[in-house]
Amino acid sequence: MSDIKVKTAPVQGVNGGSASHLLEIENLHVEFRTRDGVAKVINGVSYHVDAGETLAVLGESGSGKSVTAQTIMGILDTPPGFVTGGSIRFRGKDLLTMGKDERRLVRGEGIAMVFQDALSALNPVFTVGFQIAELFRKRRGMSRADGYKRATELLDLVKIPAAKARLRDFPHQFSGGMRQRVMIAMALALDPEVLIADEPTTALDVTVQAQIMDLLAEIRRDRNMGMILITHDLGVVADVADRIAVMYAGRIVEQADVHNLYGKPCHPYTLALLDSLPRLDLKGQELNTIKGLPPNLLRVPSGCAFHPRCQMARDICSTQRPALIELGGVRSSACHFAEELYGRE
Amino acid sequence: MSEVILEVRDLVKHFPIRQGIVFKRTIGQIKAVDGVSLDLHKGETLGIVGESGCGKSTLAKLLMNLEKPTSGEVRYQGRDVLRLNPADQRRLRRNIQLVMQDPYTSLNPRMTVGDIVGEPFEIHPEVAPKGERRRKVQELLDVVGLNPEHINRYPHQFSGGQRQRIGIARALALKPEVIVCDEPVSALDVSIQAQVMNLLDQLQNEFNLSYIFIAHDLSVVRHIADRVGVMYLGKMVEVGTDDDIYIRPTHPYTQALLSAVPVPDPTARQRKAVIRLEGDVPSPANPPSGCRFRTRCWKAQEICATEPPLLQIRPTSGHPSACHFAQERDVVHAG
Repeated sequence: MSDIKVKTAPVQGVNGGSASHLLEIENLHVEFRTRDGVAKVINGVSYHVDAGETLAVLGESGSGKSVTAQTIMGILDTPPGFVTGGSIRFRGKDLLTMGKDERRLVRGEGIAMVFQDALSALNPVFTVGFQIAELFRKRRGMSRADGYKRATELLDLVKIPAAKARLRDFPHQFSGGMRQRVMIAMALALDPEVLIADEPTTALDVTVQAQIMDLLAEIRRDRNMGMILITHDLGVVADVADRIAVMYAGRIVEQADVHNLYGKPCHPYTLALLDSLPRLDLKGQELNTIKGLPPNLLRVPSGCAFHPRCQMARDICSTQRPALIELGGVRSSACHFAEELYGRE
Repeated sequence: MSEVILEVRDLVKHFPIRQGIVFKRTIGQIKAVDGVSLDLHKGETLGIVGESGCGKSTLAKLLMNLEKPTSGEVRYQGRDVLRLNPADQRRLRRNIQLVMQDPYTSLNPRMTVGDIVGEPFEIHPEVAPKGERRRKVQELLDVVGLNPEHINRYPHQFSGGQRQRIGIARALALKPEVIVCDEPVSALDVSIQAQVMNLLDQLQNEFNLSYIFIAHDLSVVRHIADRVGVMYLGKMVEVGTDDDIYIRPTHPYTQALLSAVPVPDPTARQRKAVIRLEGDVPSPANPPSGCRFRTRCWKAQEICATEPPLLQIRPTSGHPSACHFAQERDVVHAG
């Protein structure tokens, strides 16, 4: 494709004037008001992503990783979900205070998203070609024929064989892997600068997963896109991420670059998670487990939310919530004993 | 090795594809399971891995006698399960139980945990007299690590991992010798997976159970299985001990599958041998001639299209492998 834009990395911030990040989430708070009470789903999450890098957001179900992504995209269901604080700055402009129309322009062109379940994310009653071409007609004012032409190019780009013929197919006529490629093509249509991939390969088989992850990495490289990869799979993260943010009960508990996180995790949760993993390259005996269950967000434990399951927990953990402690470089950990963990051999 | 408890010989299951409303014509066959043989020894865990559509869940249903096979036999302690009279069959079924994948849909939401775990006793009243059932159920809950006082709760009051424990308690109720686990941990979070796998391990030692452990996650199977069978499009392509399969795989499909599994170690990025398969699994309604893997295989030659390779020990493979060009290659550890 001829019209791939290569973006320049650091962006000049609007407020403050100093160089800021391409996409920066700061102190985000989201709550769900349900019949049973208020669930604080996201409690002060901050992270950023720059052009050309991959940030992995890692967490179990209910940790708030997908809700963060939905909030960035502006597709959070309200009610029950409400943003109660924080900011999401894209190229220095806060998406949360933006008008509806302005925000719509960011969606797709600035930030695009690939969802986990392509079958339910695509419209079953329109052909794939129609759905992709629609983007070009609505947003680029193209004619029908031109839209279809661009759609063919996109399907070629994501390596769908016989792209032109497949434009006339409906989503259900594609296999799982091919459907995911269609979704990626659609997300790339308007040349986004940041791509959010929410569990893009969870529903796929390993050999297909490898194909899709390769494709995403290749596209990210070619277009110098920033990518946020949301996943629970520690294996996938180790393969593709540059930096990692680990989430637990709506907070980031640890941030680090990929080598440091796996080499020397500095939060007991990350440590325990890595320990509990059955590994392909090693035959272990008994697996180390994390006792207990992930917390109910309606009743998050006091102090550190992880303390009831933590092996290192002491008295202070149940009374005082640990702040995110900087550990040098891009590392930080929200544990009272982070420095102790960092200092160990 | 200990005695063989379950023997499967040339098991075949074809599902007809029908068309038409009044006059239904059969226009083809989905070859879900196409000639699978395996032996399960007492006290061992046989892992079955493969991608979706390879027939592993159909195999589970056939072993449970929930589907009638097109041909082939399943022998339990030397007796053909499929040709028994109904009364014998019922008695025999007590000994093979199933743990299902999805703990959210496999438990009846309108029954209490006590009713769910105790239901096997209703069907097989000879196992526990009526008065003892409640106590038995509480014992079972205790064995799987649930609070016996929660006997009157409903499934929705439990988390995913706890529900899977309920499913396991139900499978244990009749003191079976074989448990078929169909993706028992794939619906669970990472931190919960380890708990359930340890529980399965511990129950095996305690009750001398034999497991058939079906999963698509190769690292989970590596952890729990003594022997592993790899399936592709309804056929077993390679069988061996876990080291045979994970360290000395000889079938190209096994090698590709293993190399595609992401290893949770960023330093492995460079040294990992990566084999990328092209395309998707072909349709089981119309599998390729000869070797079914040949359309995606980098070693394929003419013989592969004409002659289906047999699952056998070969000069280049110390364990059974269904490839004309079987060759050892450690894809997980070496670069």
